[in-house]
Amino acid sequence: MPAVETEILRAPSSASRPLPRRLNHLRLLEAESIHILREVASEFERPVMLYSIGKDSSVMLRLAQKAFYPAPIPFPLLHIDTGFKFREMIVFRDEMARQVGAELLVWRNEPAIAAGTNPIALDTRRCCALLKTQALLDGLRHYNFDAAFGGARRDEEKSRAKERIYSFRDAAGQWDPKNQRPELWNLYNARIHPGESIRVFPLSNWTEMDVWQYIHEENIPVVDLYFAKERPMYVRGDALLPIEQDFVARPGEKPQMVKSRLRSLGCSPCTGAIRSDAETIPAIIDELISFRSSERANRVIDHDQDGSMEIKKREGYF
Amino acid sequence: MLEVTLQIATEMEDKGFEIGEFLAAEREKDLLRFSTAGSVDDGKSTLIGRLLYDTQSVYDDQVRSIEGKGTTAPGQIDFALLTDGLRAEREQGITIDVAYRYFSTAKRKFIIADTPGHEQYTRNMATGASTADAAIVLIDASKGVQIQSRRHAYIASLLRVRHVLVAVNKMDLIAYEESVFRAIEAEFRAILAQIAQDTGTAVEAHFVPVSALKGDNVVHRAAKTSGAMPWYDGPALLELLEALPAINRTQNTSFRFPVQRVLRPDHTFRGFAGQIASGAIRVGETVTAFPSGRKAKVERIVTFDGDLEEAFAPLSITLVLDREIDISRGDLIADREDAPAVARNIKASLVWMDQRPLDSNRRYLLKHTSHTVPASISSVEHRVDLGALRHEPAPTLRMNDIGAVSLHLLQPIALDLYRDNRSTGALILIDPETNATVAAGMVTAAQGQTVAGDEDESGAWGRVTAGEREARWGHRGGALELTGPAELIDAVERSLFAVGAVTSLVDADELDRAGKQQFRDALADALVQSGLIALIARTGEDGALTASAGGFDITLDAQNQMHAVTAIHQLLRRAGIFISSEGADL
Repeated sequence: MPAVETEILRAPSSASRPLPRRLNHLRLLEAESIHILREVASEFERPVMLYSIGKDSSVMLRLAQKAFYPAPIPFPLLHIDTGFKFREMIVFRDEMARQVGAELLVWRNEPAIAAGTNPIALDTRRCCALLKTQALLDGLRHYNFDAAFGGARRDEEKSRAKERIYSFRDAAGQWDPKNQRPELWNLYNARIHPGESIRVFPLSNWTEMDVWQYIHEENIPVVDLYFAKERPMYVRGDALLPIEQDFVARPGEKPQMVKSRLRSLGCSPCTGAIRSDAETIPAIIDELISFRSSERANRVIDHDQDGSMEIKKREGYF
Repeated sequence: MLEVTLQIATEMEDKGFEIGEFLAAEREKDLLRFSTAGSVDDGKSTLIGRLLYDTQSVYDDQVRSIEGKGTTAPGQIDFALLTDGLRAEREQGITIDVAYRYFSTAKRKFIIADTPGHEQYTRNMATGASTADAAIVLIDASKGVQIQSRRHAYIASLLRVRHVLVAVNKMDLIAYEESVFRAIEAEFRAILAQIAQDTGTAVEAHFVPVSALKGDNVVHRAAKTSGAMPWYDGPALLELLEALPAINRTQNTSFRFPVQRVLRPDHTFRGFAGQIASGAIRVGETVTAFPSGRKAKVERIVTFDGDLEEAFAPLSITLVLDREIDISRGDLIADREDAPAVARNIKASLVWMDQRPLDSNRRYLLKHTSHTVPASISSVEHRVDLGALRHEPAPTLRMNDIGAVSLHLLQPIALDLYRDNRSTGALILIDPETNATVAAGMVTAAQGQTVAGDEDESGAWGRVTAGEREARWGHRGGALELTGPAELIDAVERSLFAVGAVTSLVDADELDRAGKQQFRDALADALVQSGLIALIARTGEDGALTASAGGFDITLDAQNQMHAVTAIHQLLRRAGIFISSEGADL
């Protein structure tokens, strides 16, 4: 049955094909996400897709292609570039936008970048506030977007578990967890006043495992950094720090070659790598099964303060 | 999330774990959504924490972060902390909002809508139940059946959650006494029967005695593990969840396809994108578009991954029809046989969710499938007293009230009864001023014909409301006092008549001369109550026209007739008699 289903789903577009009567969880999640993408594109004046280059964004982008096929994706992609993204990510981003045929917008908080903002000079919280949250709010305001898709999932972090699929934001982009609109069935309330906006999370109900399985089933391209390779790293105890930025190094510290990969893609100074031999998607999934720590555990920014993601979201972060 | 793949991994390790086999098994898994609710202290968080922990769905770092915290004895884990969400909640020790959680077993994947159980959060319970295939209702064995359990069971039944799993928790506190469990079961079965009579939907109930704290009958059967409750030989809660019939959003097999978007990438392609709400469709079948009633054959079922011969709910697809018929977003493509109703007057059960109570003089926006239409509530038929399970007359519905109402829609829509279809029978109401979602509704009756045609108002119920009058006349009732040259007043009325306003001229001079001032005022009131525009006219000087409405007064140059007429239309907008252009596009 699985082999047959795979074959069926890969059938050439010209021939009509039958479907199995029972849909598996990935088909169910896909159908729900496509419904959300189409609702937003139809009900908002100026939607945009926040494209962060990571695996979740890659899935979201594929779902957008599916939602509007054979028409092109009817909204642009927006990347909030902190200036600290891995070089491979930027190359991948430009290539994906070209392949998909989507308009790509890039927004950076240039004054803060010029002022030398980095997570070591400042603390991570203030660095994120300037390079991510502020840049995001400025970018959305600059282009006057009224709806922005994000690839966040509810299984990622505890404040996200309580967020709606349509997450209402006031004119300052802020989330009020105590005053969210009830969301019933698949009926989403898209009404906003001028200046207000909605963040939309089409992958809300996907888990990390679902995302990897979907990438595997659908052959979705992802950044090479997810796959294990010999890479130069600063090794500090259990932590592996990529050598992308000079200021990360401590005096006298020398990088070592370590077979490693990234579990989630953030800014290079704040994203630790893990030792790994996983060179393929099935190997990553295999590794995921044996993992005993949650994926954001390697992200410094979620832990800098108790309830830190909740605080960031209240301030306007995704 | 780690998922429970560990469980499988352990099983497979013995046989030599193969990732290929694992992925093949994953492809077979479906998805079950269930909701949970309970009172503050009946151990809901502990139960969910236990489900996640015992199915190995939590990471070590999450467990480490809560070790030694919470209210349990040293060395034990307070499972409730695993589901703790927001700072504000931890500070107050309560749950504020619906939280969604995910886990999976070797058999299927699960989404939990975890809803708080305080009395004021009925709306959250309804939110969680709206997408659920099953609901877990918690009862604290040491306290017996509480109002919250009734409330949750009622909402589950009202929203047509078919399976209700009643977890009688804290069995450890009552020494695992079978008689207590049986008494609670008997009492709650009687309540469920009463609820079914009221909502018209019987739920399938399953009772399980559990101790979330000790882990008895949550994931593993107590009889096999701890040895507690040897008298219970039924399945553990998780076994039940794994065995429930697969996702089945609706019993209805009629094809229903609300159009979300028309895809027109170039002149050669015109497709209707949407998610199938119920039933199935094959290439070559004839379908009808509602509300127009036009028919066409399905030429192609298009997806990114290739055309399909057949598609069924809940797939998201794009339909190409064999001929050009006028279909746009919000229309419903459906079976030729077994058509939906097309109605402007409906009855619905409502769960009121807003601080501002229901106001039958206001216009709301009704969102149903992919369209939104203005609607007014013509009457509140009753409110449900969830404690006594009685209907009581009510002038309005307040936050967290459940009741039945009649609704009048400005345009006819194609719909089904909620009991027949959980997608095309569901609606939400939005307050057009605050944009808040104020109510969730389930259609219980629809008056109308199968396709759009002559309006049938005979099906409306109760007293005609201001909202209905406004819907018919296109404006609100109001008095416009005019003093000026008679021919100019005639021109004003002519201009109002021309835009479709319904006016009635009151000759104030004549009534005043006859000493009938009181009659004049009563007449004007009656006209305004009927939703008409009462023109209270007096002859004045030739040079000027004075006009007043809604507390606004203006004086105009009578020579410039065009300007005067325009100014009076603006005055009517300002006075709220004419609905402003922003309101008109509602």
